[in-house]
Amino acid sequence: MTAPFLDSGASALGAALGIGVAFGWCLERAGLGSARKLVGQFYLTDLTVFKVMFSAIVTAMLGAFWLGRLGMLDLSRVYVPETYLLPQLAGGATFGVGFALAGLCPGTSCVAAATGRIDGAAVVAGVFLGVLGTGVALPRLQSIYLATPRGVDTLPSALGVPYGVVVLGVVALALAGFVVAERIERLGDRGSGLGDRERPDDRVPSPDPRLTGAQRG
Amino acid sequence: MSARAPRPYADPYVAGVGLGLVLVAAYVLVGRGLGASGAFATAAAVAVDASGSAAARGNTFFADHLAGGLLGDWLVVELLGVVLGGFASAALAGRLRVAVERGPNAAAGARLALALGGGATMGAGAVLARGCTSGQALTGGALLSVGSWTFVAGAFGAAYAAARLVRRTWT
Repeated sequence: MTAPFLDSGASALGAALGIGVAFGWCLERAGLGSARKLVGQFYLTDLTVFKVMFSAIVTAMLGAFWLGRLGMLDLSRVYVPETYLLPQLAGGATFGVGFALAGLCPGTSCVAAATGRIDGAAVVAGVFLGVLGTGVALPRLQSIYLATPRGVDTLPSALGVPYGVVVLGVVALALAGFVVAERIERLGDRGSGLGDRERPDDRVPSPDPRLTGAQRG
Repeated sequence: MSARAPRPYADPYVAGVGLGLVLVAAYVLVGRGLGASGAFATAAAVAVDASGSAAARGNTFFADHLAGGLLGDWLVVELLGVVLGGFASAALAGRLRVAVERGPNAAAGARLALALGGGATMGAGAVLARGCTSGQALTGGALLSVGSWTFVAGAFGAAYAAARLVRRTWT
């Protein structure tokens, strides 16, 4: 039997809960329930967002690629979001502005709120209102919303390059990015980091949490 | 360090690989990836439907998100799981704390206003882009969707530009 296994119904919803718990667990463990930690990405003081996101993308990309190649996962039955270039570029840019202001994204804001952060709850409320308002206005935004449709479009087909070659390219790009990220953080350690009103003791030079693997939670 | 001090966060690469494996599990089990803003869309669709307002009628965006009701929606259930998982992880690591997280010189009110406004802006962007950091960047990115990588470029490009304006919230 080839994956995916569950199309719909109660078993798929049960899987949704389990997958969600694991997703939330990973985000919190990485520190991504903390807006202060997250915005370090935008001020180049803490590149955890980049490292977590790209290790996750590379892992999932390799998993999907190899399970597909070994015939264990039918990739044609895995949902790939459709591409609409212009609204995704414009929507992405709009999203990015909000991301920088809020310090959290929709998923991490739920973790922040769940762990007691009131600013996280405010982001959750804001996302809800933004989705609601834009949803109401969407019938008048169809010319943007439906512009430049390309259907399901992937980098291998768009570039005319074999799937495996693109996978290899993304891995190489990520590894180079990790090296650069570590350098940037080391340079930043000599300058001023971001302050924190809630946990001032964090600013005292202390053992780098990245180096204290034994204490890892 | 006192016994009550929160435990340090996990190594980002370890957490990232764990997150990637969760994503693979989602592809394998249900043939789809992770999401967050889609659950907000369903919540908004249910709210608009319950209000009985004219805005709901003929609005295909809300209609598309109403199919299974609130708790029959895959992404809503998944996001409830995110809340539970995040809470459990923080509780076990001693990291639960009621606070308005902000920089040492920022007022709580200003931080909350930016959080609300930034959240609303993200909500608008996520509707136009058909997803957020979860559904587009992670899920679509790992499946090499052109639109997902376009979203990533737009989002991070704009975030770096906008972050300069609100640096004082954090320093």
